[in-house]
Amino acid sequence: MRSFFIHAPFRLYLGIFLVAVFVLLGAILPWFAPSDPLVWYTAPRNQNPSAAHWLGTTSLGQDVFWLLTYALRNSLMLGLVVGGLSTIIGVFLGLAAGYAGGWLDRVLSFFMDALLCIPTLPILILMAALFGGQLALPIIGIILVVFNWPYPARQVRAVALTMREREFINVAWFSGESSVRILVRQIFPYIAGWSAANFINTVLVGISTESAVAVIGLSSAQQATLGTMIYWAINYQALLAGKYVWVGSPVLSIVLLFIGLFLVSSGLAMKSSARRMSV
Amino acid sequence: MNLLRYIAGRLVVYALVIVFALTVLFFVPRLGPTDPVEAMLAKVSSQGAYMDAAQVDMLRQSLADTFGLNGTLLEQYWAFIKRIVFTADFGPSLSMYPMPVMELIRNALPWTFGLLLTSTLIAWVLGNFVGLLSGWRPTRKSSRIMEGIAICLYPIPYYILALILSILFSYVWKIFPLTTTIRGAPWSWDLVTSIVWNSFLPAMSIVIVVFGWWVISVKAQTTALREEEFVRYAKLKGLSDGRILSRYVLPNAILPQITFLALQIGLMFNGSLITEILFDYPGVGLLIYSAVLQGDFNLLMGTISLSIIAVATATMVIDLIYPLIDPRIRHR
Repeated sequence: MRSFFIHAPFRLYLGIFLVAVFVLLGAILPWFAPSDPLVWYTAPRNQNPSAAHWLGTTSLGQDVFWLLTYALRNSLMLGLVVGGLSTIIGVFLGLAAGYAGGWLDRVLSFFMDALLCIPTLPILILMAALFGGQLALPIIGIILVVFNWPYPARQVRAVALTMREREFINVAWFSGESSVRILVRQIFPYIAGWSAANFINTVLVGISTESAVAVIGLSSAQQATLGTMIYWAINYQALLAGKYVWVGSPVLSIVLLFIGLFLVSSGLAMKSSARRMSV
Repeated sequence: MNLLRYIAGRLVVYALVIVFALTVLFFVPRLGPTDPVEAMLAKVSSQGAYMDAAQVDMLRQSLADTFGLNGTLLEQYWAFIKRIVFTADFGPSLSMYPMPVMELIRNALPWTFGLLLTSTLIAWVLGNFVGLLSGWRPTRKSSRIMEGIAICLYPIPYYILALILSILFSYVWKIFPLTTTIRGAPWSWDLVTSIVWNSFLPAMSIVIVVFGWWVISVKAQTTALREEEFVRYAKLKGLSDGRILSRYVLPNAILPQITFLALQIGLMFNGSLITEILFDYPGVGLLIYSAVLQGDFNLLMGTISLSIIAVATATMVIDLIYPLIDPRIRHR
């Protein structure tokens, strides 16, 4: 752990700092909201930023700051679940494909390649249109997992393929280790750093895709996310009314959060590739 | 011979991918808890169109036809695949009846292709140039600043950038038009300027993000290549920096990015859809959106099937071309 902080590149620190700010905003602050910011007319309408309402209020009488904390919470939650599940499934199936080989490898590889070719967004739009114009967040999450596990799986499979030929794997094999133990103890350390980088990246993709669906009004109307906030603001003419803080706060949050996530994921990838080189 | 085998193998995978994608599309409407026919009917009647019971029944029947809900599941599936693969027929548009869906798509495709192609090309040229220069002298201050800018631009989704650009340049400073309105007679200079003027912001939102990516990756490649023996040899030979960069470093730096481009096409397409919707740009994205708003199922199925086929085809074409332009790859 100590060496981690000494050798971690600057971009990793900056990224972790940015992400931490938003995680704190989204994870802790919603508990302190004076009232549910989704409910209309809990605040005076169309206020500019002030001491009472830090980011002003919407034309529906919602406090933008508290709405933003709720949106951050939901978007981050979705991203974490999508990133976590995709990475776990991807690493598991990638290892299975690369390590087992044969027909299992061929079938899994086909599914990876096929799913990578299908653009996610049109599928989400189609489902939203068919199921009454809006998709609940869990459904969006499931679809995103289905389309995102192939990225880590392909990479892990490639690593596992080269690993099979390495000397130390053979040593472990001949000394009577079980396949599962070899996977966990010998191969997994090699892909751990890269999987972490991929996890962060998938969090970003998850949040980004949900926001894309939301910005055109096809995501859940019951939950605030960063994307739905933008949709509401545009839909209620925040731009024409010159209320740039209402639109700007979710937009700026997405930009800063994504830069933070990208810095963390590329910093982690740099670190793990530096370590692989030194082995 | 081996190249032929590679091509044949790739084509088989391509065909399988298309069938797989269409299978997904076939089952999506059947997975949900709601009946798509009833949902569409609700959508149509909520548009304010008054229909008596007999008309509703007729519409229900024709919707069941277009959804292919008659017969057993296997028959439905076969009919669906057959219709798309062999006749490329998606029926008439329901909202712009009796205009065929294919014709609407044919009108929209050049816009999307034009937007994506031009912006990718511009970003490619700019990104390579800046990436090469800053990778060649990685310790210079200007190189560091360029990389910092690229790192901040790349993770931003296209549609967010599109929003920022339209807020800045259409609302705050009213320079560019808010929505796309193309004017001018066909083949006139007016038309060309109008298209360029209206496409500028949507294109910029794609250019900036793709530019960020190219700078990051070309810079990393170039910095690594500087240490290679053949580059050192070229230096010792006394070649100028410009010549080393353009003839020795550039080809080696950009080739690996082409495979990445193949993986990225889907994401770029996703992004351009939302950008088109935000700018009212008359491409496939806007067509999909209007299909959703008007409950036009035929149009929706047609645009989405074709966009998936287009992305899969583009990916395959890049995969096929890559070994031809990279002499280091031999198919043994």
